[in-house]
Amino acid sequence: MQFTINNKVDKVGIEDRIARITKRSLKSESKLAGLKMVLSMIDLTTLEGMDTDKKVQQLCYKATHIHNELPDLPNVAAVCVYPTMVKTASNALKDFDVKVASVATAFPSGSSSLKIKIQETKEAIFNGADEVDMVISRGKFHSGEYNYVFDEIATIKETCGSDVRLKVILETGELGDYDHIRFASEIAINAGADFIKTSTGKIKPAATLPITLVMLEAIKDHYYNTGKMIGMKPAGGISNSKLALQYLLLVKETLGDLWLDNHWFRFGASSLANDVLMQILKLKKGYYQSNNYFSKD
Amino acid sequence: MSSKIKPLKYHEKLNFSPSLENTDSLSLKKEYQLFINGRFQKPLSNKYFASINPANENKIAMVAQANEKDVDLAVKAARNSYESHWSKTPPKERAKYIYRIARIIQEKAKELAILETLDGGKPIRESRDIDIPLAAAHFFYYAGWADKLDYAFPNRNPKPLGVVGQIIPWNFPLMMAAWKIAPALATGNTVVLKPAESTSLTALKLAEIIQEADLPDGVVNIITGPGSTGEMIVNHPDIDKIAFTGSTEVGKTIMRSISSTSKKSTMELGGKAANIIFEDAPLDQAVEGVINGIYFNQGHVCCAGSRLFVQESVYELILRKLKDRMQSLVVGDPLDKNTDIGAINSKQQLSTINNYIDIGKKEGADIFQLSCDLPAKGYWCPPTLFTNVSQSHRIAKEEIFGPVLAVQTFRTTEEVITKANNTPFGLSAGVWTDKGSKVFNLTSKLRAGVIWANTYNKFDPTSPFGGYKESGHGREGGLHGLSPYLNIE
Repeated sequence: MQFTINNKVDKVGIEDRIARITKRSLKSESKLAGLKMVLSMIDLTTLEGMDTDKKVQQLCYKATHIHNELPDLPNVAAVCVYPTMVKTASNALKDFDVKVASVATAFPSGSSSLKIKIQETKEAIFNGADEVDMVISRGKFHSGEYNYVFDEIATIKETCGSDVRLKVILETGELGDYDHIRFASEIAINAGADFIKTSTGKIKPAATLPITLVMLEAIKDHYYNTGKMIGMKPAGGISNSKLALQYLLLVKETLGDLWLDNHWFRFGASSLANDVLMQILKLKKGYYQSNNYFSKD
Repeated sequence: MSSKIKPLKYHEKLNFSPSLENTDSLSLKKEYQLFINGRFQKPLSNKYFASINPANENKIAMVAQANEKDVDLAVKAARNSYESHWSKTPPKERAKYIYRIARIIQEKAKELAILETLDGGKPIRESRDIDIPLAAAHFFYYAGWADKLDYAFPNRNPKPLGVVGQIIPWNFPLMMAAWKIAPALATGNTVVLKPAESTSLTALKLAEIIQEADLPDGVVNIITGPGSTGEMIVNHPDIDKIAFTGSTEVGKTIMRSISSTSKKSTMELGGKAANIIFEDAPLDQAVEGVINGIYFNQGHVCCAGSRLFVQESVYELILRKLKDRMQSLVVGDPLDKNTDIGAINSKQQLSTINNYIDIGKKEGADIFQLSCDLPAKGYWCPPTLFTNVSQSHRIAKEEIFGPVLAVQTFRTTEEVITKANNTPFGLSAGVWTDKGSKVFNLTSKLRAGVIWANTYNKFDPTSPFGGYKESGHGREGGLHGLSPYLNIE
């Protein structure tokens, strides 16, 4: 397959569009509905070299008991960990509807052989991962080896099979122009990605609204061309409710109702959940509570 | 796109709760007088007319109607202040007053934005983010020119004209007042300004601001009334120049009236701009530009991109994207922060727009409108587009001045240049392509005063604005906006 950059993105235009989204105002009931939706879409994440079983167990408890004082809150969508922690997470979450997501393919750099990447993916799945978050080979992308990037994604998707959903991390902070981000999105989608995801969280800038819009437009064009829905996951840097709600509005106005669901849209975040909880409590009680009332796991 | 694929839906989840702008900062009088010689004076006509909120048809305030004697008083005040002091005021001093006006507009920005929205029906998002900031920016910009005219026109001894009569439209009431008053003051003229009948209130607030800025009496006079009052200004013998923004029809009448006089003129008239999308354009952003080009301010924009030309190979794609994008436009209460499309400015304008929509249907074009709930009272028109349109359709030829887009296709660059120029108007155009050479080719061949490339409706006081052909003559904004107010050797 011969790949060329076809779909152009204009930087000024895309940022103008975002400026309109960020001026939208979500109030009262619609804000509460939005905040609950954000909670249900979070992939609660810990991806640190110093992760331990105990740390992951605590995070899993948080994922399933988000705030005991408010029983009507949804659980988060998934817990996202390194492959070595998948078994621990899987055990902790076995009685809950919270998915286990594992990063794989030599996360975060992706600098390893395909053989090792396949092996790592297989192990994560064997240990109980419901979802795999892979990274693309950015070096290959920049050197124009688009077929390599495509084949790698296709191979990992083949390894995942139809039951395990594959999220493809583009690491947009390393791709440069919006044109590249649009093009990388198309490669990932055509290679079999179930989700496209902005970032590892290890590189700045991570997710931004304009980058997310570029990716959502790629998903939309794919939907109209094939009828197939692809999920979207911005990750990294989304730490407060206001910003998260702006992401939701972007989804609302770009892809519409179908994607406003945690099967199709996720946030990769670690500290976002507590800020959302704080805002929900503020709406219910009329005043802010100290952040010491929210568990930090 | 396969026919089995369902169009996306946008209205079931996460709908907006009302988010109304707080109007506490607004102070309104029940009755507004004429602003003549630095004071608010009752009209000699003893007549008043009502200013209506087009979003709910409620009366906001009563406004004085100037008759011939009132106009004469205003012109006399302007002449007197021109002769006795304003023409002798050092340019640096003039600048101080203009800066002061700009700063007070900024201080009262919120109140002005609310009033603009109440009186004219435009969304608060636009009056807050566009109209009022641009009005202030215009005063700031021209304040800077006041003492630099000799540098703008070196060795040409620029001198003011005297008393200028200015007549402005209802689509950007305060901003148009700023576009007119700021360069006139910077160049040392005195002013008699008449806002449009349906949107007088922010101009009268501006009169209060001018008073607060201690501008000498009579330098700016603001009088209100219907078109006939404007006619009296045009025909007053002691006026040196007419600056008019409005319809081409009225512009022509004014030009006829002053043709045998020494009055100078600037005319900023109608438009029927072509917005041109090539197949190699950034398509999603082009669609955004089309939306912004035609639905901004309910389409009440003389430079609105009301004719869309799409290269045939991407026609279906653009149409799909356009219709999807229209789904997330919010039509409703202009004071709601989420409103994209507010009320049509007046009952009369609504009937003009509806008449054109009927004409479009009768001529055989296909209509697509956003289906949305419209408020029971007030004047409303949902965003509308017509496909299957040809050059000879009236909706593609005449200025509608509403949220109505006529979509046509083209095959080659030459073809679209011919079609785009095939209009008596020539105010603005838009070009969407990723190819720089194509941009330069089109911008040199399109007969329009303002051409945007890969964007639309961007305004800045430093940039001149004005038309070719029946869209008018003279420029406003930038250095070019100074010369229409000066005698230059």
